[in-house]
Amino acid sequence: MIELRHLEKRYDDPVTGQPFYAVRDLSLSFPDGEITALLGPSGCGKTTTLRMINRLIEPTGGQILIGEHDAQSLRPEELRRQVGYVIQQIGLFPHLSVAQNVATVPELLGWPKSKVQARVRELLALVGLEPDLFAGKRPSELSGGQQQRVGVARALAADPPVLLMDEPFGALDPLARDKLQEAFRDIQQNLKKTIVMVTHDIDEALKLGDKVALMGAGALEQFGTPDDLVRRPVSEFVRQFLGEDALLRQLAGVPAGRLARPGDAHGLPQISQDLNARSALSVMLRERVDTLAVTDESGQVSGVLSWSDLERA
Amino acid sequence: MVCLIPGLLTGTVSRLTGTEIPTLGTPLWSLTLQHLGLVLVAEVVVLLIGVPLAVVVTRPGRAALMRLAEAITGLGQTVPTLAILALAVPVLGFGAPPTLLGLFLYGLVPVVSNGIAGLLAVDQPTLDAARGMGMTDAQRLRRIELPLSLPVLMAGVRTSAVYNVGTATIGAALGTGGLGTPIIEGLSQQNTALVVIGALLAALLALSLDGLLGLAVRAEE
Repeated sequence: MIELRHLEKRYDDPVTGQPFYAVRDLSLSFPDGEITALLGPSGCGKTTTLRMINRLIEPTGGQILIGEHDAQSLRPEELRRQVGYVIQQIGLFPHLSVAQNVATVPELLGWPKSKVQARVRELLALVGLEPDLFAGKRPSELSGGQQQRVGVARALAADPPVLLMDEPFGALDPLARDKLQEAFRDIQQNLKKTIVMVTHDIDEALKLGDKVALMGAGALEQFGTPDDLVRRPVSEFVRQFLGEDALLRQLAGVPAGRLARPGDAHGLPQISQDLNARSALSVMLRERVDTLAVTDESGQVSGVLSWSDLERA
Repeated sequence: MVCLIPGLLTGTVSRLTGTEIPTLGTPLWSLTLQHLGLVLVAEVVVLLIGVPLAVVVTRPGRAALMRLAEAITGLGQTVPTLAILALAVPVLGFGAPPTLLGLFLYGLVPVVSNGIAGLLAVDQPTLDAARGMGMTDAQRLRRIELPLSLPVLMAGVRTSAVYNVGTATIGAALGTGGLGTPIIEGLSQQNTALVVIGALLAALLALSLDGLLGLAVRAEE
């Protein structure tokens, strides 16, 4: 568990001496084994918060606990080797091969060569890159999506319990982003890492976050499940930030198949189980029905999805 | 390269075109080696001092120091080499030491400025990732910054070496030897062929060095 206690980052204006608080009195617990999305408008302090956790930025007040340890009790380098780190710009080392990039932290930790090699192959396979094909390539030979897969593999290399991600999918084109988000969600389902993910993308936060922490102007506005934020916003700020279409955004992250239940599908318009629930709603409106038949990969009807099921999303 | 080894062959070729050439006290191949030695020694000192200097002034928060270093090393190149040598002789005496000092000051500029440019050009997110992975400052320098800035630095080393092959000819005036010797002898004896031989060999040496360093860089990549 990562716990922030009254965390603060103050900058003093060099000319006027006026203090500016990038983060102010932030107390927050990131639950073990879950993805917490740190969401908020630009300049709200979410990236500063993330970078304080691995001490790329030193806090000016408060405390950060990682597991039992105070983050300040370790050398920054030691701390960072135990915490995975993924950034939007990816930041692969361009003069090193994909394998060497992934091997970075295990090598810093002094793992034996054979163990490092085996681990690199395991991780490339995990992120969906064929090891024999990709290990020897240079980052410049990869697409943006492939590069960020390597970035994720590099961050996971030493099997850190905690993963910090700063807009990890922000630089990718929409198609690659969707694919990588899906892949990432599958990976996390097995690994159960404690993940803090900074994003300004509401859809991404609702889709990937088990919990969402919405920040505004250096302070926490609301912390809860995506459902909490969408259906029970605690303030006008939260409601406005998520927008009046927040429910639709949330539906967009849910495949119709997950909401479907057994039922009589006779004569109903059919949709694929992979279609997202927002699109399913659109089909309902177009077809002027309140129930749809959901089909599986083989095209067989596997269940029905009705208006009331969408409310459970 | 091949032209350099039979140095006397070039001499006979020039003899056909020019006037008769008096034999020098030292054979041409020996002068060439002497010349090369001077340049290489100076270049090693330039690297030993220039690269650490570039590293030190590019650390964060040292923008003022960096400008100072660039200004001072730049000064070394704006002052004419002849003046540097003339000023150095009273202190260091005649011979190799003042020549080496001149070569060092003259060769330092491209190495330091390219070193700085190369280090500054390293992509910021790459450095951020390196820090985030838990590299210490020294590890980041050795594993990331230096390898990534090497091509730019090497370009500076090439420029520096080529400059200095030319500059080192002046050393002959101080009795350092090298390929300046036939040039000065030729001037004093009004023998153009001797001057041409010295100039030609110096130019060939410069080209060969440049080519070799270029090959080394490409092999690195």
